[in-house]
Amino acid sequence: MSAPAHAVPHHTEAPRSFIRRWVFATDHKVIGLQYWFLSLAAVSVGMVLSWLFRTHLAWPNAAIPGFGGVMKPEQYLALVTMHGTLMIFFVLTVAPQSGFGNYFLPIQIGADDMAFPRINMLSFWTTFVGFLVMMAAFVVSGGAPINGWTSYPPLSAVGQVSGPGQGMGETLWVVSIALFCGASLMTALNFIATTIELRARGMSLMRMPLTVWGWFVTAVLGLLAFGVLLAACILLLLDRLAYTSFFIPSALVFSDTQPALGHAGGSPLLWQHLFWFFGHPEVYIAILPGMGITSHVLSTFSRKPIFGYKAMAYSLCAIAFLSFTVWGHHMFISGMSPYSALAFSFLTLIIGVPSAIKTFNWLGTLWGAKIQFTTAMLFAIGFVSMFVTGGVTGLFLAQPAVDLPLHDTLFVVAHFHLVMGVAAIFGIFAGTYYWFPKMFGRKMNETLGKAHFWFTFVGAYLIFMPMHWLGIVGSLRRYADASAAPFLQPLEPVQHFITIAAFITGAGQLLFYWNFFWSIGHGEKVDRNPWHATTLEWTVPSPPPHGNFAEYPQIYRGPYEYAVPGYRDDYIPQDLAPDQVAKA
Amino acid sequence: MSSEKAVRGSAATPVCLSLALLALVVVTVYIFAAGIWPMPPSITTVGNWIDSQYNLTLWIMGIIFILAQLALGWLVFRYRDRGQRARFVRGSHTLEVIWTTATLVLFVALGVTAVRSWARVHFVAAAPDALPIDVLAEQFTWNFRYPGPDGRFAATSPSAYSDSNGNPFGILSSSADKDDIVSPVLVIPVGREVELRMESKDVIHDFDVRELRIKQDIVPGMIIPIHFTANKIGKYELMCAQLCGLGHNRMHSYLQVMSEADFQAWLKQQEAENQQ
Repeated sequence: MSAPAHAVPHHTEAPRSFIRRWVFATDHKVIGLQYWFLSLAAVSVGMVLSWLFRTHLAWPNAAIPGFGGVMKPEQYLALVTMHGTLMIFFVLTVAPQSGFGNYFLPIQIGADDMAFPRINMLSFWTTFVGFLVMMAAFVVSGGAPINGWTSYPPLSAVGQVSGPGQGMGETLWVVSIALFCGASLMTALNFIATTIELRARGMSLMRMPLTVWGWFVTAVLGLLAFGVLLAACILLLLDRLAYTSFFIPSALVFSDTQPALGHAGGSPLLWQHLFWFFGHPEVYIAILPGMGITSHVLSTFSRKPIFGYKAMAYSLCAIAFLSFTVWGHHMFISGMSPYSALAFSFLTLIIGVPSAIKTFNWLGTLWGAKIQFTTAMLFAIGFVSMFVTGGVTGLFLAQPAVDLPLHDTLFVVAHFHLVMGVAAIFGIFAGTYYWFPKMFGRKMNETLGKAHFWFTFVGAYLIFMPMHWLGIVGSLRRYADASAAPFLQPLEPVQHFITIAAFITGAGQLLFYWNFFWSIGHGEKVDRNPWHATTLEWTVPSPPPHGNFAEYPQIYRGPYEYAVPGYRDDYIPQDLAPDQVAKA
Repeated sequence: MSSEKAVRGSAATPVCLSLALLALVVVTVYIFAAGIWPMPPSITTVGNWIDSQYNLTLWIMGIIFILAQLALGWLVFRYRDRGQRARFVRGSHTLEVIWTTATLVLFVALGVTAVRSWARVHFVAAAPDALPIDVLAEQFTWNFRYPGPDGRFAATSPSAYSDSNGNPFGILSSSADKDDIVSPVLVIPVGREVELRMESKDVIHDFDVRELRIKQDIVPGMIIPIHFTANKIGKYELMCAQLCGLGHNRMHSYLQVMSEADFQAWLKQQEAENQQ
């Protein structure tokens, strides 16, 4: 650990021009907000897409506004593909890591900015361009791609011949994801360098808030995973544009009247290995920052140290390591060696252990607590509930034999939505309600916030619990309608139920939009530390100035010193000198 | 704190949260206990094994789900802010060791019990006398091929593919074994092992019959075999489970399981149609 030699941060002057301050900004807090607003835009689009395709799924013969009548199957698949892509990449990867991580990691370790502020700016704007390229797929000839967010070749590799949207739309998809990978690699490097190099004096690894552990470990995952996806995307792009055959075997025939494609020697399974070598760490990239936020918020509003701090930090590392050894559980039915399936199965079951450790410790934190039911706390508790419900179904899918009937059904869709979609979103909401006062100097409205929580918590269960049952019956994902499969038709009322629940849950999110934007100007004003919390972000003004600290802090203790016996207050800030702490 | 009271709040929120978690548990248990949405009955022995493994997992994970959600519900109610000071506890090394070991043993044991049915599906080859059937998947159709009276499959070539002329497999007219039977429906005899050798013309498809408890991707460039013995006569839906393009959900056919006599009659009828 190297503490800065000088006592006063050098970034004391904020840039004067609007462009440098708010657009091409290098201040980590502005960049954090830029990421956060980018993901708000992406989640808004992604949610509207889900309403549209859910409506078609429930009422397949209904005309849908903007689609010139009944939605076509290729339009349905394009919406599903873009929903998944936007949510996984531009929401779940961006908001919890690049958004909150950028804003709060430097402050929580006592640094004045990221290690590489200009690279940070470049990361954001590369991500932004990636987002625009992705959006452009909607408007090009043929529309957005229809091959799902996993983009399996040959469907994704051979162009328009395999379906509408597979021409220019899919090319833009691959380019966008490649840009996203590049940006994520830069972000990962920045987070790692910042955490290792810029911690304030006394901020040892074992005194870092669990949020910082979450962002740091996620950055390591990102560094190792996004490079692989980037390589895979380049190979796929070459297959599409330069007529190489990395993923395309010989003699594919799409129409009797056309000759076989001239590709030869490629392997469709190679893409799946590369994709999931990235893809499984990716689900932890989405959820680990949420775990950090949940731990942080649970401890704050339990007024109690996090239970088992070291176990929490080590289990994050264990999850990260194991996450690179389990990708094959996405491929039990793919045609890969069935012997390797057993190895992947046991490793997957074992990765459930650190996840269980985290859950036990969250429950341990609540035990004996003094729970303050702020909106942030409700979302953190909701996170635990969603993570448990989504987690237990993972143990089914980890066993190759049990995966056989469940693979590619809505059971899987329900599983991953709860465990890394909804849970991660709960982490984002918990972080937003918790840190809003720090970011904007005002609180969000608690009454609206609680209403928002209830809509989201109950709504998410109403959407996704029935989806498990549809999957157990055998209802398959990525089916535009049930018309061809008689056994699916009696299940239509369940689809109606889920779609209505999705609309109500979505409508509940309007409370969040309103509360967020209204509170920026009208929320209750707060001082530096409205939650009486212990970590460094609560020692600086709200919002923190450029450069964060008037002078670099000295750290004296761990991050969750709540209810320590013998002291007057039930919280002791990390930077408060021992002789300053008021005795009881 | 300026709004100490507001943060502490009434007991309404923790009570509602506890009740919501209780309701989640009760409704979930009821739906499984009442068997409202079951899997369709299995028609293979290995399917029965998979079902018992599924049920074992359902019991274990169900109990964990119930205990965890109820514990969460109880904790938020019991330890709501009533003006007390929280108990100062940093953790428990003993508890960490206990729950880490317990979950590790439980999860690995679960994995061990699951090996048998997977091994039966994939590690054991089909018996030599299993009925061979070729499967050729394409956007968005299933094609099945039987060897015909001579017991041998004809030579094929992609250049001879012709769906419109009833020759989706591209059986060469020069082949001496061209009496193959081609069907859009998978017809098999009950109680006799069949081996499907599956190929795709274009993109990845997936062979999915719910009652067989088998899914298998069909990957272009690979020949992937699966084998099974159906033990119940009936007509079962065959679906494509791997996204294959805009007609994915319409790529539907049937697995028809017949008595041996009916199956032989069906073969004869197909042969007769071939003659015409």
